[in-house]
Amino acid sequence: MRIRSMLAASAAIFACAFSPLTAHADTAGKKIALSNNYAGNSWRQAMLTSWDKVTKEAVKAGVVASADAFTTAENQATEQAAQIQNMILQGYDAIVLNAASPTALNGAVKAACDAGIVVVSFDGIVNEPCAWRIAVDFKEMGRSQVEYLSKRLPKGGNLLEVRGLAGVFVDDEISAGIHEGVKQFPQFKIVGSVHGDWAQDVAQRAVAGILPSLPDIAAVVTQGGDGYGAAQAFEAAKRPTPVIIMGNREDELQWWKKQKDASGYETMSVSIAPGVSTLAFWVAQQILDGKQVKKDLTVPFLRIDQATLEENLKTTQKGGVANVEYSQADAQKVIAEAK
Amino acid sequence: MTRLSPQAIRLMIPVLSLAVLLAAVFWLQPRAMSYMGMNLLFNLAVPIALATIAQMLVIAVNDLDLSIGTFVSFSACVTAVYLPTAPLVAVAILLGAICVYALIGILIHLRDLPSIVVTLGMSFVWGGLAVLILPSPGGQAAGWLRALMTASTPFVPLAIIASVVIAVVAHLLVMRSTLGVAIRGIGGNARSVARAGWSVMKIKAAAYALSAFFSVLAGMALVGVTTSADANIALRYTLLSIAGVILGGGEFVGGRVSPVGAVIGALTLTLAGSFLSFLRISPDWQIGAQGAVLIIVLGLRLLLARREA
Repeated sequence: MRIRSMLAASAAIFACAFSPLTAHADTAGKKIALSNNYAGNSWRQAMLTSWDKVTKEAVKAGVVASADAFTTAENQATEQAAQIQNMILQGYDAIVLNAASPTALNGAVKAACDAGIVVVSFDGIVNEPCAWRIAVDFKEMGRSQVEYLSKRLPKGGNLLEVRGLAGVFVDDEISAGIHEGVKQFPQFKIVGSVHGDWAQDVAQRAVAGILPSLPDIAAVVTQGGDGYGAAQAFEAAKRPTPVIIMGNREDELQWWKKQKDASGYETMSVSIAPGVSTLAFWVAQQILDGKQVKKDLTVPFLRIDQATLEENLKTTQKGGVANVEYSQADAQKVIAEAK
Repeated sequence: MTRLSPQAIRLMIPVLSLAVLLAAVFWLQPRAMSYMGMNLLFNLAVPIALATIAQMLVIAVNDLDLSIGTFVSFSACVTAVYLPTAPLVAVAILLGAICVYALIGILIHLRDLPSIVVTLGMSFVWGGLAVLILPSPGGQAAGWLRALMTASTPFVPLAIIASVVIAVVAHLLVMRSTLGVAIRGIGGNARSVARAGWSVMKIKAAAYALSAFFSVLAGMALVGVTTSADANIALRYTLLSIAGVILGGGEFVGGRVSPVGAVIGALTLTLAGSFLSFLRISPDWQIGAQGAVLIIVLGLRLLLARREA
């Protein structure tokens, strides 16, 4: 009897001593899979690398049993649906999903839910109600740019808007957000709008084309991947460089750094980090851990300010996008904010 | 010892390869050996099997249809958009599309055009129409369609029953009916069919219309499985259907096709994908590995065909 109680006591001490490590023992035996539809650009590559890095550590720490990544060979919904059905058979407890189509995977996602599997979609989200969605609030991304400008330029002024690829949902959303911001801060006025297609060369040509017809520009609002091109166009036209919002691309940050060192140029940069896959991973882990999580969550933006420029630039690969890997605490914060 | 008919020999390789693959999948993933497992493995094969039968009908008349993928996508979009709310409109559009297919068959016959070129052109038409009908992914499966595709049948999963039904119906249609014989006859020797008093044009139109009918069924089955559509949902089906026909013992010329083999070919292709993903082959290699599976099976067939000769 005494031995048993001693054993129990020492076990309790052990449990206390190791509680920070074993607090998530609930998910230690769980298997999470990443179903990804496409790996053909630098953003997706960074996304997979982040997943690999963060999940490897999580597996090593015993938070989950495994976290395998699968990418379909062709970016096709039917192929990804088959992939998800295979994952059900392989006995995964959660599937983290970047979907080829918001609707065409619903049958497979429903089958996974019915089998008791947690499905968390991110970036390319699915609209099947039983799945969780970690979506990007593109509207807020646009609005926050104008909000930042209202602090930088309290007096307001003329804005030039560089938009993305015409007819794409993301472009409409960001632009709508920017216009909402202008309504909120009426000291700003959009005097020109061009499509930069999220590419520096296209943006440069488009801005260079419209510049001669424009009055003084106080700031340029952008969508990412177009800030450097816009800056080049202003330089070529020998016009004073306005405040150009950047989009976390490496070339944009390099240019900003150069301007900052030369003349104390100030701006900010905002986009979505490819490491959002790791956020989805932790959200799935939290759900498996029994946490109550709302079905619709929002991805935090990765915002780079004057003070954090150097540190972000250091970790950004040449020709890549600034990235951040999320931690369990970040996921808990996102979950708490959604409540 | 009774000699096997050439048809049976032709069917042997596809059956064997399916059996070997199935055994391998069961060995890798014993969980698949269950009612639910079989359904998950094969429910996406049902639309592929239908599309393969569609392709087979065109191949039977020595043509090739490169628009099956986009046409199935188009049918899926029509099904997802109109069938739940305006079933009559959906039926009208799909019947119209079948008529268009028949006209394509007539056009190819009359002008003696290469079917590859015509159907490749049509693939852009169907793709454009699909986007027009469903600009952004969505729509929904009609209740009865969803219920049909997810019905839990006793003992044998629906996916297997559906495959068997498709195989039997296609077999009766192509191997036993007069029309089927005429269609295969055109593939074998169009002139002798014409001399026998048949209208080659009518038969070709019928073959294309039948093919379109099976493609429409494929689109509907696909929506039933996925619950909604996307203008690009079935683009893979063009190549999958051709591979399925050949894998199932069909040949590009001569009207030598096997409906049962085609269905088995479609199942084999679907299973090959699952097999490779259970093997944890990196996605970069999967397309190559899938190709390797195809080449191995076709190589076996070639060996057997020599023996046969």
